[in-house]
Amino acid sequence: MSSAEDRWLDQDAGPVVRPYTVTGGRTRPRGDALDLIAVLEATNAPVHQRLRLGPEHRRLLTLCRRPIAFADLASEVDLPVGVVRVLVADLRDENLVRVLKATPTGNVPNDLVLRKLLHGLRAL
Amino acid sequence: MDYAHSDTAVSERAVSRTPSDADRPITAKILIAGGFGVGKTTLVGTISEIRPLRTEEILSDKSMGVDDTAGVDGKTTTTVAMDFGRITLQDNLVLYLFGTPGQQRFWFMWDELALGAVGAVVLADARRLADCFPAVDYFEDRGTPFIVAVNCFDGAERKNPEDVRIALDLDDEVPLVLCDVRHRESAKEVLITMVEHVLGEPPSGR
Ligand SMILES: Nc1nc2c(ncn2[C@@H]2O[C@H](COP(=O)(O)OP(=O)(O)OP(=O)(O)O)[C@@H](O)[C@H]2O)c(=O)[nH]1
Ligand SMILES: [Mg+2]
Repeated sequence: MSSAEDRWLDQDAGPVVRPYTVTGGRTRPRGDALDLIAVLEATNAPVHQRLRLGPEHRRLLTLCRRPIAFADLASEVDLPVGVVRVLVADLRDENLVRVLKATPTGNVPNDLVLRKLLHGLRAL
Repeated sequence: MDYAHSDTAVSERAVSRTPSDADRPITAKILIAGGFGVGKTTLVGTISEIRPLRTEEILSDKSMGVDDTAGVDGKTTTTVAMDFGRITLQDNLVLYLFGTPGQQRFWFMWDELALGAVGAVVLADARRLADCFPAVDYFEDRGTPFIVAVNCFDGAERKNPEDVRIALDLDDEVPLVLCDVRHRESAKEVLITMVEHVLGEPPSGR
């Protein structure tokens, strides 16, 4: 049997890493989990002087000037999803970013959305 | 069209006003599940714009699945490259596809992915149908709507859908399609069947 280390050095699971340095070691944000397809947007509230936003926070905030799905945001900044989740939670705590509730987390899309989806797929 | 120019225009507009509903996409997601090497990544690539997305998971007994955890300390994380695709549809609607690698040790991620999903496509390899049993069980237990799509790799004789249904002991309500996910029309039909199923519509008989 291979050692634990070898086992993770495959194509799907990269080497064991510690990516949470940019979050100060925090691995889970407070509050409820953010759905990967939740849409985020900047509130355009002024950034308070006392806040010392890091470069990653600033980048995320800039990207949220236009509404963007959380998964697209994570893909764009090329940081792992869990890391972006913690950073976005910081921005939410400071009311710099809001989560749009059009498709509430955990709620399956309604029939109207499903019909549009079907229509859109057929038109592809 | 001058893209550099239009980009500037867009970002200037974005800072100068609050986004309106027209800027806000409506998002939906479908999961692409199934056993190891059945064509999940191929399906996502055929029908959608593939985007890089990685997650990192704290390794715990749960995430290790059937593997043993000897020698891995509780704070260690591992990076998982997910299948992630985006299909931009009309009416400001965006459909996202998510898949995880086929090995069972990655399945714990579905718990979160399945929340709020339209449903799941369980992909199966026609030559080794039984590999999709765990995925079928998972979505049945969870009550997530799903369909089974049998990927007909070369060398698999074209199956009779009814034989496949019997082999899988699949409920009559669960739609079953034969597909070749390397082809766009086939991949599209798989997704359409998924959405029709959730809407309770009979298959359109294509
Ligand atoms: N002949 C044939 N080959 C296929 C088909 N679909 C996928 N393949 C091939 O099968 C192999 C595995 O496909 P993937 O899409 O990587 O499968 P996967 O489900 O993502 O695999 P894992 O992520 O490792 O679980 C690749 O080499 C594909 O090119 C098909 O319909 N027919
Ligand atoms: Mg794959």
